Amino acid sequence: MPSVSMTINGKKVLGEVEARTLLVDFIREDQRLTGTHVGCDTSQCGACVIHINGEAVKSCTMLAVQANGAEITTIEGLANGDELHPMQEAFRDNHGLQCGFCTPGMIMSAVALAKRNSAPSEKEVRHYLEGNLCRCTGYHNIVKSVIAGARAMS
Amino acid sequence: MPRDDGIGAAVRRKEDFRFITGRGSYTDDLNRPGQAFAAFLRSPHAHARVDSINVSPAMAVEGVVAVYTGQDLADAGVNGLPCGWQVHSKNGEPMAEPAHPALAQGKVRHVGDAVAVVIAESRTAARAGAEALEVAYTPLPAIPNMKSAKGAVATVHDDVTNNQCYDWELGDEAEIDAALAASAHQVTLSLVNNRLVPNPMEPRVAIGDFDHASGEHTLYTTSQNPHVIRLLMGAFVLGLPEHKLRVVAPDVGGGFGSKIFHYAEEAVVTWAAAKLRRPVKWTSDRSEAFMTDAHGRDHETTVTLGLDADGKFNALKVITDANMGAYLSTFAPCVPTYLYATLLAGQYTTPKIYAGVRAWFTNTVPVDAYRGAGRPEATYVVERIVEEAARQIGVDPAELRKRNFIAPDAFPYPTPVALEYDSGNYAGTLDKAMAAVDYANFKSRQAASKAAGKLRGIGFSAYIEACGIAPSAVVGSLGARAGLYESGAVRVHPTGSVTFYTGTHSHGQGHETTFAQVIAERLGVPIDNVDVVHGDTNKIQFGMGTYGSRSLAVGGSALAKALDKVEAKAKKIAAHLMEASADDVEFKDGQFTVAGTDKSVGFGDVALTAYVPHNFPHDELEPGLEEQAFYDPANFTFPAGCHICEVEIDPDTGRTEIVNFVAADDFGNIVNPMIVEGQVHGGIAQGVGQALLEGCLYDGDGQLMTGSYMDYCMPRADDLPNFKVETQVTPCPHNPLGVKGCGEAGAIAAPAAVMNAVTDALRSAGVSKPIDMPATPSKIWSALNGA
Repeated sequence: MPSVSMTINGKKVLGEVEARTLLVDFIREDQRLTGTHVGCDTSQCGACVIHINGEAVKSCTMLAVQANGAEITTIEGLANGDELHPMQEAFRDNHGLQCGFCTPGMIMSAVALAKRNSAPSEKEVRHYLEGNLCRCTGYHNIVKSVIAGARAMS
Repeated sequence: MPRDDGIGAAVRRKEDFRFITGRGSYTDDLNRPGQAFAAFLRSPHAHARVDSINVSPAMAVEGVVAVYTGQDLADAGVNGLPCGWQVHSKNGEPMAEPAHPALAQGKVRHVGDAVAVVIAESRTAARAGAEALEVAYTPLPAIPNMKSAKGAVATVHDDVTNNQCYDWELGDEAEIDAALAASAHQVTLSLVNNRLVPNPMEPRVAIGDFDHASGEHTLYTTSQNPHVIRLLMGAFVLGLPEHKLRVVAPDVGGGFGSKIFHYAEEAVVTWAAAKLRRPVKWTSDRSEAFMTDAHGRDHETTVTLGLDADGKFNALKVITDANMGAYLSTFAPCVPTYLYATLLAGQYTTPKIYAGVRAWFTNTVPVDAYRGAGRPEATYVVERIVEEAARQIGVDPAELRKRNFIAPDAFPYPTPVALEYDSGNYAGTLDKAMAAVDYANFKSRQAASKAAGKLRGIGFSAYIEACGIAPSAVVGSLGARAGLYESGAVRVHPTGSVTFYTGTHSHGQGHETTFAQVIAERLGVPIDNVDVVHGDTNKIQFGMGTYGSRSLAVGGSALAKALDKVEAKAKKIAAHLMEASADDVEFKDGQFTVAGTDKSVGFGDVALTAYVPHNFPHDELEPGLEEQAFYDPANFTFPAGCHICEVEIDPDTGRTEIVNFVAADDFGNIVNPMIVEGQVHGGIAQGVGQALLEGCLYDGDGQLMTGSYMDYCMPRADDLPNFKVETQVTPCPHNPLGVKGCGEAGAIAAPAAVMNAVTDALRSAGVSKPIDMPATPSKIWSALNGA
């Protein structure tokens, strides 16, 4: 089986995986980082969004071996110790989550947007998040959270 | 000054920390030592005879541990899945209730029907094993829809020769026909309530485990009601007693009704884990979810409203066909009957109502409760026909509603369809919504849109729902095979912190915060000193779970009763400490005082005394401070309100944009307004999804055409606007917190509001023939272009 090595949340990890193993399964099953979720099988829902070398990526669209040597951040690595990331705070302050299942992917996407655009409009946020499905919130408070989080990050 | 963590405060949610940091514990995040993995082989046919299953090629796949078929389950004495509600037809006959095997026995009846389960050392090996199974099918003629079911060219079940589950009615048809005939105006509509797929973002998961030492079975499952699953699976399917069966539903990623029901996979993994003496885990993928999670809605209705010359409603007649799918899911029969026809009075004084409902079996996924469950279908019928009547007789739709509203002083109000509304003020929410949407200036906005080449329309939906499900004696008389009370236990710890054990289940609703606020308010302890526990039959005394917007109205009432008991005992302990009579002790803001004296003792001191009872009235009380209560509601609660939607249609593309959506809801008292708003937002999004985007489709052979997010159009962030949400408070008079329930209102109200707006916009372009949901650009363009 191929071996892979990558840095996840600042920690060097090694693993042996079947060549067909998806990155999301490597993260969830091998690394037991279960904050990254799987909500579909067609790369539509965005529950599995992580950062690879600083870019938001759906981790179900990549094989683990393709991430060899990459710097990965998952939702577990977003906070600085006990200090929440401003986007995490913004989601909590604005009730940007209900069941919490889409939330890790939503927050990781939102952080990537905010890095590109520190003051996104409502329309820009809605357009950017079209790859992340939420069934609970109706997006209203997610949009509010992202705008507030982006402001807090800048 | 009110507490900042008590009733009425917009407290940030206690549960959020674990979710925003990726530390939630959903069922698929759990792994049991030594677990094996299950994969189900599912029927590719809508209807077929299973002639043979050759398991040898699957057993030859590396890593495969076992293969089981329906025959193996039958040989082991495993029963089929039970139905929790029995409806009787109008001729007195009980509904047709065909067998619902966990794995197919001889026949498959919908695409996705489970044929066999393969259990292996890894998920991939289990799937490879399932692929390797050789099944010989003889395809049979399929019944893909209700039209085909009525034709009975084939039968879904051999023992139901006309494909009919029941033919039920409420009211006197001849009397209502006569009233309609005598009406000055009669308005009729034919409406389709489109089939939906609930789609909580977390797919279902089930892990079976067995402790050989104790003989205890454990099922970890994505459920809204673990105790109900324990009862259904234990007593009816597997024959396991409650004390040897634990069901755990940890963090659950949304449910919307679809995780109420007892599913085959739960029973199979629980049974297989005991047989194999090792844990067995199954995780649905999204494709499986589309063809196995119970679907929602799927009604075809003809409705006629009779009005007198002044626009007063005389009579309403509703004839509905409801699709049950291939088997009866757990609560399916009650959805188009007792949760639907009983709400057809809406907010109005319509004196005579008749509903006839026929339910049909088809070769499709079973249909059951989905957010609102019957009440969205009722609201859609009532609010579409009322708006249609207003347009046809030329009365403003708001004015026509006001002429027919039940007056605020008419409560309790018995309707002609078997319910007694508790309280309400319908003109109040209508006025609030009209002000919020700026109804007065709609015509000028419509003219501006027209000048810009767009069609603008506005639509109302003045909905009512029955929540707080439900008085056990009432539902028992209507065919429920369960009681619908709730339980709660308040455990005060020695240093005054509190754990609350509730039989309801939170899968996004924020119970850990809302219930904690009620406790903080009542006992005067900070919310951080209160934890709420749910979702484990070994921790929680008993429970009926969460659905029907019942958690606060029923579960919160159980909490209030338990708190009454805690306070009563604590007062006696405080009285002892203060050497006073308990009757003279008052309790406020966490302090016990004696009227007319400066004596005072804190709640924490009383708690400590209860557990370190050195100075304690032992002759009168037991040590400890923990109380439990069960609450059986006196009535349903009746949240109501008015949603108004304004749309703009681009006639060149047929695309509808929601330019304004306002909701004015009356949920009675509100514990956490932030959470309530969030519930309304989410419900509206699902309602808008139903109206404009979502529709589950089968082709003529019963193949599922919308089996993934590539085909089934889920609402995305850029499909929706921000919503204006307001509330009015008319407390529920019969439960201790005065609350009514808010979880389903949006999904109930929104479809009619959106479709009335679309209809209004089309009418402004001269198109009077209504279109059905979802109002896709293609349908709208075709309507506008006479295609």
